[in-house]
Amino acid sequence: MPGKLKAKIVAGRHLPVMDRASDLTDAFVEVKFGNTTFKTDVCPKSLNPQWNSEWFKFEVDDEDLQDEPLQITVLDHDTYSANDAIGKVYIDIDPLLCSEAASVISGWFPIYDTIHGIRGEINVLVKVELFNDLNRFRQSSCGVKFFCTTSIPRCYRVAMVHGFVEELVVNEDPEYQWIDRIRTPRASNEARQRLISLMSGELQRKIGLKVLEMGGNAVVGYLQCFDLEGESGLVVRAIGTACTLDKLSSGSAPNTTTHVHPNTAPASNACNSPSKDGKEPVFGEDVLSFSGPPTPFRALPTSSSSPPPFSPSKPCSRQSSSSDTDLSLTPKTGMGSGGSAGKEAGPLKTLLRQQTQTALEQREFPFFTLTSFPLGFLVHVGGVVSARSVKLLDRIHNPDEPETRDAWWEEIRQEIKSHAKALGCHAVVGYSESTSICEEVCILSASGTASILNPRYMREGCLDIGNTDHRFEEPSPPSCGFCHIPYDELNMPFPAQLTYCHHCRRQKVPDVLFTTIDMPSEAAVSGKGCLIQARLCRLKKKAQGEVNATVISNLLPFMEYELHTQLMNKLKLRNMNALFGLQIQISVGENMLLGLASATGVYLTALPAPGGIQIAGKTPIDLSNEHHILTIQKRINDTIAKNRELYQINPPELTEEVVGSPIPEPRQRSRLFRSHSESSDELSELDLSHGKKDAFVLEIDDTDAVEDIHSLLTDAPPPSGFYSCNTEIMPGIYNWTSAVQMFTSVRVFRLSNVNLTNQGLNKIFTDLCENLLKSFYFKLRSMIPCCLCHLNFTVAVPEDELIQVAVTAVAMTFDKDQTQERTADKPVTKGCSETEEQLQFPLELFADSSSTNTQTSSKISGVPESTGVSPRAASVDYGSFADRCSTWLELLRLKAHTIRRGSVKTTSSLDRCSPLPEGRSRSLRSNRSFGGGSVTVVKMTPLSFLPGTRIIKYLGIINMFFIRETTSLREEGGVSGFLHSFIAEVFAMVRAHVAALGGNAVVSYSMKECMLMENPHKNQAQCLINVSGDAVICVLETDQEPMSSTTSIGQTCTSGAT
Amino acid sequence: MTSHNRNLVLKGGWDKVVNEMAMELDVFVGNTTIMDEEVYQLWLDGYTVNDAVKVRMEGGVLEECEASADVLLSDTMDQYRTFQMCERLLHSPAKLANQLLFQIPPHRQAVLIERYYTFDDAFVREVLGKKLSKGTKKDLDDISAKTAVTLKSCRRQFDNFKRVFKVVEELKGPLVENIRQHFLLSDKLARDYAAIVFFANNRFETGKRKLQYITFQDFAFCAGQLINNWTVGAVDNMVEDMDVDLDKEFLQELKELKVLITDKDLLDQHKSLVCTALRGKTKAFNEMEANFKNLSRGLVNIAAKLTNTKDVRDFFIDLVEKFIEPCRSDRWTAADMRLYLTHYTNSAHILDTFKHQVVWDRYMGVVKSCIFKMYHD
Repeated sequence: MPGKLKAKIVAGRHLPVMDRASDLTDAFVEVKFGNTTFKTDVCPKSLNPQWNSEWFKFEVDDEDLQDEPLQITVLDHDTYSANDAIGKVYIDIDPLLCSEAASVISGWFPIYDTIHGIRGEINVLVKVELFNDLNRFRQSSCGVKFFCTTSIPRCYRVAMVHGFVEELVVNEDPEYQWIDRIRTPRASNEARQRLISLMSGELQRKIGLKVLEMGGNAVVGYLQCFDLEGESGLVVRAIGTACTLDKLSSGSAPNTTTHVHPNTAPASNACNSPSKDGKEPVFGEDVLSFSGPPTPFRALPTSSSSPPPFSPSKPCSRQSSSSDTDLSLTPKTGMGSGGSAGKEAGPLKTLLRQQTQTALEQREFPFFTLTSFPLGFLVHVGGVVSARSVKLLDRIHNPDEPETRDAWWEEIRQEIKSHAKALGCHAVVGYSESTSICEEVCILSASGTASILNPRYMREGCLDIGNTDHRFEEPSPPSCGFCHIPYDELNMPFPAQLTYCHHCRRQKVPDVLFTTIDMPSEAAVSGKGCLIQARLCRLKKKAQGEVNATVISNLLPFMEYELHTQLMNKLKLRNMNALFGLQIQISVGENMLLGLASATGVYLTALPAPGGIQIAGKTPIDLSNEHHILTIQKRINDTIAKNRELYQINPPELTEEVVGSPIPEPRQRSRLFRSHSESSDELSELDLSHGKKDAFVLEIDDTDAVEDIHSLLTDAPPPSGFYSCNTEIMPGIYNWTSAVQMFTSVRVFRLSNVNLTNQGLNKIFTDLCENLLKSFYFKLRSMIPCCLCHLNFTVAVPEDELIQVAVTAVAMTFDKDQTQERTADKPVTKGCSETEEQLQFPLELFADSSSTNTQTSSKISGVPESTGVSPRAASVDYGSFADRCSTWLELLRLKAHTIRRGSVKTTSSLDRCSPLPEGRSRSLRSNRSFGGGSVTVVKMTPLSFLPGTRIIKYLGIINMFFIRETTSLREEGGVSGFLHSFIAEVFAMVRAHVAALGGNAVVSYSMKECMLMENPHKNQAQCLINVSGDAVICVLETDQEPMSSTTSIGQTCTSGAT
Repeated sequence: MTSHNRNLVLKGGWDKVVNEMAMELDVFVGNTTIMDEEVYQLWLDGYTVNDAVKVRMEGGVLEECEASADVLLSDTMDQYRTFQMCERLLHSPAKLANQLLFQIPPHRQAVLIERYYTFDDAFVREVLGKKLSKGTKKDLDDISAKTAVTLKSCRRQFDNFKRVFKVVEELKGPLVENIRQHFLLSDKLARDYAAIVFFANNRFETGKRKLQYITFQDFAFCAGQLINNWTVGAVDNMVEDMDVDLDKEFLQELKELKVLITDKDLLDQHKSLVCTALRGKTKAFNEMEANFKNLSRGLVNIAAKLTNTKDVRDFFIDLVEKFIEPCRSDRWTAADMRLYLTHYTNSAHILDTFKHQVVWDRYMGVVKSCIFKMYHD
C-alpha cells in the first residue's frame, strides 16, 4: 500500500432546509474514495451540524491517489424514504502528493449541487501519508509538479528545459450514453463531472510519467483542454513543457554540480545548480554534452498510447493534404509562408544552429508552451507559425487507443515544425493548441512562435546562465537580439522588408514582428502598448459532413488572411511595429465562422518605424471620389498622430527624421492591395533613413473596402487613465500598485436579422467586442489609473444565431506619477551597451539563487518584468535602483500609515474606507479581519504574479470542472441570472480550495471552457465551466517574514468596487 | 440642460429596446464583488432597472466616463443581479461575514448591511405602532402612494421591521444590544429599530391627526426613554423578561399618584409651591397659574390609567391632548414648558404628605423629557 488517505468531517454550516415541517435538516456525510465509502453519524435537526467524525482511512495505490478525487456527499437522512442528497464536494488530492506543495487540506468547502448550486458549506480535513518505493515499476508519477504558469515559476530556478510533453485520453461522454435517458439530470451531471475529474487525473499522471522518463521533475505551462465531441465522445488533452526545476530556498544556496543522467535514474532529478558566485562551473561539460551523441532527448518517450513517430510519407508540405476524412489541412503562418527556408543560413548563424540543432532536432517536437523565458534563453524570433486542420468527428471506438486523435495532432505539430524550419528556426515557443467543434466538424488549431533558443538550457548541466553565455554566444545585445532575423536574408521564407537593427546596427531585422509570446523583459520599447484585435465573421451555408468540412477549410485561408491584414492595419494605425501574445481563434458554427485575433501591439525601438497608411482610389479617379479619399486619408493621418501621443510613442529617431506627416512622398510608395508590405527587390544598403520608409497602401476599390477602412477607425481608444493588453504586463508601465480585480464577463448576442451580410455580421461582432471593453472601462473606472492585463477573449457560436464572447482579465492599478517620471527619464538613460554592464544584468537577475540580497530577490519574484523592461543595460541599473527606492518609500509610507491608523482605532465601520491606496493600508486591514473568524481572502489573477507581493510557495495546480443545470430558468433570473450565479459559485469554489490548501492567491488563472446551452421555452439551461490555475502563498513584498497562510492579504479591490 | 438630458433618456430607452432584443445574456463577475453605492441605493429605493438607468444618466456619470447608455444599462443589470443574490444573506447579516459566494471586504459588508436596514422616515412614521402583520402589509400600497416611497422599498422596510421584531421578541437581555449583535447594525440604527420594535409591541397610537406633527425621531427618543426607565429591564438586567414590555408593577404603583389630584390640600399646596417658584420668571405665569389644576389632573390621570392596555396605546395622544395642546394654545415657549415641568416635578418632593417620590420621579422623568421632545410645531 503505497499511500494512506485520511479524511475527517468536522462540521457543516448554512445547510439548506430539507424538512419543510421542522424547517431543519438531519444531515450526514458519505466520504468516498475509489470504491470505499464511509459514513458519518446523522446530526439531527440542525442547519449547522457538528459531526467531528473520526479519521476515515483509505489505503490505496498512489496511482489511484493521482487519478481519483475524494468525493464527499452531504445527505439528509430520511427514515421513511430515500435519503436526499444536499450536494457534493470533490477534492483533488494531487497537491498533497508532492512534498513541496501543500501538506494538509483543511477548510470550509461549498457544498455543490449541479441543480441547486451552492447549498451551505462543509469543513473537512484531508491528509495523505505516502510510502515511497522508488524501485518498483512506476505507474504513478507522484511528485512531479504541475504549473499552469507559462514562465519559470517565481520561486524556482530552471536547471533544464526538457521540452514538449503531450497526452490525451478519450472516453464516452456519459451525457450521451443510453443510461442517460433513464437517469436524472443530477445523476448524469455528476457522472460527467466525476468522469472528467478522473480523466484529468489520469492525464496528469501520464504526463508526469513522461516527465520522469525525460528526467524532469515539473511541467510548466501545463495546458489542459476538453473536447466535448458529443456523440463521438469526450477528449481530455494536455500539453506542457517538461523542466527540471530547483527550488530557490532562501536558506541554502544549491551548489551541487553533479548531474544525473536522466535515462539511468529517472526518479532522482536533482540536477546541478550554479554556484552563485559567478564562476563557470560546468563549462567543459557543456561542450561535451552537445557534441556527444547520447543526449537524453533521444529517449523522449512515445508512450504506448502514442502513435509511431511521424512517417515521412505523410505530407509535410504546406499544401492541403487530403485523405478520406481529414479533408484539408489549411496551412497558414501568421507572418506569411511559402518559400522553403535555406537551411544553409548566413555564416553568422551557422555556428549557433549547429549547437542547437543537435540538442533540439532529435526531439520529435521542439515545442515550448512557455511564453516568457529566463534571460538569454530566447536568441532570435522568426515569427508566428500556425496550422489548422478541419476534421470530421467519428465515434471513438476504443477509448484505450485514442489513435485517431493522436494522429490528428501529430499531423498538426509536424506542420508547425516544418513552418518553423521554413523560418530558419529550430524551435517553437509560446506554443498552444485548441479546437472548435460544431456538430461533427472539428477545427484543430495550433500556433506558436518560431524561434532560435540558446541550447544551454536544454542540455544537462546547462546551468550557468549569465556570464558564460555572453562570452560564448554571438554578441547580440539582449534588448534587440531577439528581433534579429533567424532566416537567411537572401532566401526569405516570405516577403518582408529588412533593415539593419536600429539598435546595434549590425544585424537585420524585419519591418514588423508578430509573436505569440510575452514581450521579453529586456526588449527596448518606446511608449506604451495596447490591445489590438482583428475581428471577422464569415457566413457559410449550412451543410453536412464532408461538404461542410470542405466549405470550412476553403474559408479558413481567407479568414486568416483578412485577420492578418486587419491586424497589420491596426498596428500601423497605432504607430507600432510588433505584436506580442498573438492569439488567433477561429470558431465554427452551423452557418458562420468567427475569427478573433488578439495581441498586444508595441513599438520596438530595434525595428524600423512603421510607415503610415496610404489610401488609394481605384483608377481612373473621379473627382467626388477623390475628395472622399482625401477625407479618409486625413482621418487616418489624424488617428495615427493622435495614437502616437496617446501611447507616448516617441522613439528618438522619429523626432529627427519624420516631421509631420507619416506619409512618404508618393513616388516611393509601393502599391499594394490591402496586404502585407512587399519587399523591395534589392535589399537596401544600411538604410537607416527608415523615416522615408514605404507607407502601407490601402486601395479603395469597392464598398467593402470602404467599410473595412471605416471599421479600422471605429476602434475607440481606451478612455484616459486606462490601458489594455493581452500579455502578462503592459510594456511601458512599471510601477504597479497592489490593487487587483480579476473578472470574467460573458455576453451572448442573438442575431435577429435573418438576411445578414458578412459586413453586417462584422459590424455586430466588432461592436460586441468593443462594447465589452467599454463596459469594463466603465465598471472599473474607480481604479484609474489602471491597466487591463491579460485580456483573454474567447468566442463561440453556441447555437445557430448566437455569438458568445467570454472574457477573463485582471485590472491592475499603477502609480501614474512614477510612470511619467520614468518615461521622461528614458531617453537620458539610453545608449551605450557595454559588455561589463551586460554581465551585470544577468547576475543581478539571477542573484536570487542565493539568500544574500533579499531585496533583490523579492523584486524579482514579484515584478521582474517591470525592472527588466528598461531597454539598455545602462538603464537596467537605474531601473532596479528606482525600484528599490520605491519599495523603500512604500515601506516608509506603510509605517507612517500604521502610526496614523493606531490613533484612530475606534473609527466606526463606516469610516473604514480608507482614502489611501489599498496597498498601503491592507496589511492593517488584514489584522481586522482576523477578528470575526471571517473567510480568507483569496486573490485571483490570470497573470503569473501579483503586483507588490512575492510568491513563497506553490501549493499545486487547480483544475476544476463544474456543470450546472436548471429547470427553473426564469426563477433564477433568466440566463444572465443563471450564469452570473454559476460564475460566482465557481469563483467561490476555487477560492475555497485554495484557502483549504493554505493558499491566499491563484495565479495564472484561466477559464478554459464556458459552454452554455439554453432552452428558454422549456425554462431550462445547462452550463459547463472549466477553470485552472496555480494555488500559491504570497506575501507582501515589504514583509520580511512570510505571514501565516490563513492571514487574509487584504481587500485590495475595495477601491475598484466603489 | 434639461432637454439634453431628456434626449439622453430617450436614447437610453431606445438602446435598451435594442439591447434587450439582441443581447441574450450579459454578465460581469469580479473576484471581489463590485458594488456601486449609488446603484445600491437606487436598488434599495425600489427603482426598476430602467428608472435607475435614467437617474444615473441624469447624474452625469456617462459624461464622466465616456460611456454610452447601454454600458450603463448593462452595469445596472449586473449590479441589480448581484444585490438580489446578496439579499438572502442580508436577511441574516451574520452570514455575510462567513459565506463563501461573494468576496466582499468587511468594511463594505458593513455598508451593505447598514444601508439595507436603513429606512425612510416617511415610511416608518406610517407603520410605527402598528401591528407588523399581514394586514398591515396589505396596506403598503396605500402607504407607498401616500409617502412616495416605492412599494418595493416599502416591502423591504416592512419586512426588515418584521424580521428584527421576530428575532428579538424571543431574546433576553437589552433590546438595543440584541439588535446590534444580531443584525450588525450601527448603534444609532439599532436604537431606531429598538424604538420600532417597542412601539409595535405596545401598539402605541401614532397615526392620529393630532400626532402628525411628531417626527419618527421624536418618537424614537421617547421610546428610548420608556425602554430605559419604564421596562423591567430598566431596573434589573438580570430579569428574565426583556425590555419590550412595560414594568407591570410600576404601572400599578402609578395609581398611587392619584392622591396628587384627589387630595384637595395636596393639590393646592402643590400649586402654590409651583407658583411661588415660577412667579416673575415667565411671561406665561398667569396662564400657568390658571391652568395648573387642569394640567396636573391631565398628567396624573394619564399615569393612573396606564394599567389598561388601551390607555397605554393612547399614551402619546393623551400627552398631546391633555398637556401639550392646552399649553400651546396659551402660547408657552419651550423654555416656559421646561421651567414649568421642572418646578412641577421638583415641588412634589417638598409635599410632606406625598409618599411616592420614587414612582413620581420614574414617571415624571420620562414624561418630562417626552414632552420636551414633543413640544414643537
